[in-house]
Formats: sequence, C-alpha cells, structure tokens
Amino acid sequence: MWYFDSPHIVYGEDARCVLETVEGRRAFIVTDPTMVRLGFVDEVRRRLESAGLEVAVFSEVEPEPSLQTAVRGAEAMRAFEPDWIVGLGGGSCLDAAKAMWIMYERPDVTPDSINPFDTYHLRQKARLITIPTTSGTGSEVTWAIVLTDTAEQRKLGLGTRECVADIAIVDPYFVQGMPARLTADTGMDALTHAFEAYVNTWHNDFSDGLALQAIKLIFTYLPRAYRDGKDMEAREHMHNAATIAGLACSNSLFALAHSLGHSLGALFHIPHGRAVGLFLPYTIEYSAPSGAARYADIARFLGLPADDEETAAWALSARVRQLMHEIDQPQSIAALGIARADFDAQLEALVDRAESDSQTVTSPRVPDRGEFARLFVYAYEGRPIDF
Amino acid sequence: MAHRFPSDAWIKALCAELNASEAYANAAKNWEGDFYFIVEAGGPLEKDVWLYMDLWHGKCREAFEVTDPASKSPEFVMSASYEDWKKVVLGELDPIKGLISRRLKLKGNMNKIMRAPQAAKELVACCTKVETEFPA
Repeated sequence: MWYFDSPHIVYGEDARCVLETVEGRRAFIVTDPTMVRLGFVDEVRRRLESAGLEVAVFSEVEPEPSLQTAVRGAEAMRAFEPDWIVGLGGGSCLDAAKAMWIMYERPDVTPDSINPFDTYHLRQKARLITIPTTSGTGSEVTWAIVLTDTAEQRKLGLGTRECVADIAIVDPYFVQGMPARLTADTGMDALTHAFEAYVNTWHNDFSDGLALQAIKLIFTYLPRAYRDGKDMEAREHMHNAATIAGLACSNSLFALAHSLGHSLGALFHIPHGRAVGLFLPYTIEYSAPSGAARYADIARFLGLPADDEETAAWALSARVRQLMHEIDQPQSIAALGIARADFDAQLEALVDRAESDSQTVTSPRVPDRGEFARLFVYAYEGRPIDF
Repeated sequence: MAHRFPSDAWIKALCAELNASEAYANAAKNWEGDFYFIVEAGGPLEKDVWLYMDLWHGKCREAFEVTDPASKSPEFVMSASYEDWKKVVLGELDPIKGLISRRLKLKGNMNKIMRAPQAAKELVACCTKVETEFPA
C-alpha cells in the first residue's frame, strides 16, 4: 500500500482570486522581505481582508531558513492564533510555513524532530495555503520541509504527509517578474524533481505520468521563460510544470542528484536548484548501468534515441546539458567559482553528507564511498561519468 | 539449513549475516542502537515473539529471542504483524515505507533511524540472505 497526497490546486491566470472566497477569522502570512517589497504581500493581504479575515505577516524568512527562524515564526503564530496559515514565496517561505504550522499546532514538537513516522493531528487550529512565487521547488504541493541546522552546517530533510497544504494557488502573476538567473535555477530544480521522481526506486503508477509530463513541459518552456520573462505562456507552463513535478516527487521520492546537491549546497552555500541541477546529467550517466532507472521510457516520450537504457541515458544527459547551455547554467562545480583547494579540503565532508542523505537510498544505483568521491571529482572537472 | 521465523536461531543467523556483510559494515559504521523487534500474535503465532538485537558501528554485538521483555531497555522498539514482518524479511516491504504507512510501528528516536536509511536497506538485504522457514 502507498498513498497519493495532493492539495486542492487552483492554477492559471488570476488563481489568486480564490483568496477572496476563503472562510475564516485570521490569516497569518509567512514570507520574506522581497515579497513585501514586490507588493505580493499586499496583494494577498488585500484579497484575504476582502474575505473578512484579519491578517498578520511574518516576513523574516531567510534563504535556507534555519531551525531558529521556524521557532520564532511559530511563537508569533501562537500569539496571533490564526485559523489559516499562508505560505507566500519560494521554497524557503513555504517550507518555513509548514514547520511553523506544525509547531503552532503542536508546541511540544521541535522543528528538527518533524518526521513522517509520527502522527501530529494537524488542522485542529489552522489550515495551510501555499502560494509559490518561483517555478521550481514544488513545495506548494509536497510534504517535504528543508531547514538548515546552522550549527552543524547541515540541511535537514524533514516532513510529514500531514503537512501537505490544503490549498495550493499556482498563479503565474507571482512569477512574471522573476529574474532570469532565478528562473534558470528553479527550473533546473523542477527538472531534477521530475527526472528523479521517475527513476527512483519508489516510483509508482500515480507519479510516473506526472513526472514525464513535467519533463516535457520544462524542456519546451524553460528556455523561453529564461530568454523572455514576459513570455506569459512559457511562464504559466513552467509554473504548472514545477507543481506537477512537485506532486510527482512528493508521491514517490528523489534520488542521487538530490543527495549530491544537498551536500554541495550546504557546504558551499549554492542555491538548491543550481546545486541539484548541476548533478543531474552526471547522475543519469552514473545510474544508466543499473538498468533500473527506466531512462528508455523518458527518452522515448521525448522522441530521443531509446534503443536501450545506456543509449537513452546518454541521449538524456546530452539533452540536459544542452538545456543547461541554453539557460547559461554552470555545468561543473569549478564553474560555480569554487577553488580547487577549497573543494579538495571539503571532499570528505561532501561525501559524508551525501552518503547519509535520505535520498541516496532510493537511487537506482547507490554509490559506495569511493564512487561518491569520484562523482564529486568528475562533477568538479566537468567530465562525463565513465565508471 | 533453514531457520524458523521468528526464533532465537533466526535472529542469531541474521546477526551472523550482518557481521559477514561488508556493505552493512560500511553503511552502518557511524550508527549504533539496540532494538526489540516484536512480532505480534496472529497467523501462526499464538503469542507475541520478542527478538533483541544490538547493532554497534556496522556490527551486530548480540542477538537473541527474549523470554523476559523487562530484561532489556533497548533504544528502539519496532513492532508489526507476522505477515508484515514476513514481507520485510522477504524484501517485499521496504521498512521505511512500512514505517511511513504505519504498518511497522517504531518507538524511539525516529530521526536517528532516518539518518541511516542505507544501513536499514543493507540490514534488510541481510534478512533476505537468511535461509528462512515461515510457519503456515
């Protein structure tokens, strides 16, 4: 037995109008200073107030939100006593909103202990609305929460199926002004979600179709959204693709590009999407010999050579590299500007973190310690995988 | 020689498999913890069967069938029905999936378990290597 979890998804142009139909007393918006500056908080606040709700805002979420920020937000929530939580922003804001919500409902829970095995009995005090303002993390529909333990320089992959939002509002209005670099990074995040949802060992009939469609949408529309941010057709399809990819991976899991990317991102402070996306072609090449990744299915769906797994994998890694070239994405760790000496000094720590990352175990091919080190070195040097 | 599941002989055979596994030793080298595995009454079992296992940095230090559950206070207690344990032992039920879907119930520090998913996978791989006889 397994599950398929999804929020009620409201998508497309003007989807945010649904906020005017929300029934409740108080809404607590979890966001960051950029969302305030861009006027998105006012846009959401206005619509919630027109629905008769009193609104409070916590706008202190930082990129890679810390455990401490989650605790502070939960305290503010307890003081305001909302019956709706609204996460507004990129993945950091949405993840922080989920963690704060759990601690608001369950003051006895610490953020680093949130896990999928316990039952929290959420929704006694409030429900959750998520509004993504980037097209990548899929956090608006997932049960994952990524927080950073600043003391240990470690990203914590937390979450519970209970914290899947009640309503996800996927409105391209919020991404029309997204900078090109952010468009590329988050788009690669979505592509990695979709690929890994399809190839990880927990893939299933319900997630497969979503993953394939998301991959196709991203290859088609990401270059257009990157080149011309005003191309609203591309923006809307990318926004949908990110949510679809999020649904796919939230209901299956991830794989090796996430393990490697989490490790690199935590130690060198690389944005999540750029880090995991960088490793995608390398992990496709590495996983091909396992024969378990089903790359031929993906390649066939995209009209690429798919005679066998090996051929398909190399066609796909080349296609991913071509996309990365089109959107000016760094294709090696060196291209991220990390000096070789700094990389070498951290190699053991990179391997330690990747080895213990919870995404490793569901990869179609699981590296041993030596192979992890080689994967990092090849990715540093930009060399195709030959082992 | 096949060992009946669950039994003292079976858990000792699993302990031996773990100690012979390089993959488990590597995956669990930074992990320690001891368990009660409770196979709940039902099916061929008239009463609960308790198995104890002490895992220490990639090795199994001790394993036996428990006659007095009060004799140890292990860090983790994992329980499930006979049928679900059988699926785990046969490699048909991923234990992490089993925990998320509540088919396996765990008492103890969940996050400590989540930090060692590869060790859990290798432990199950060793389970599947134990020649096992399942009573009907």
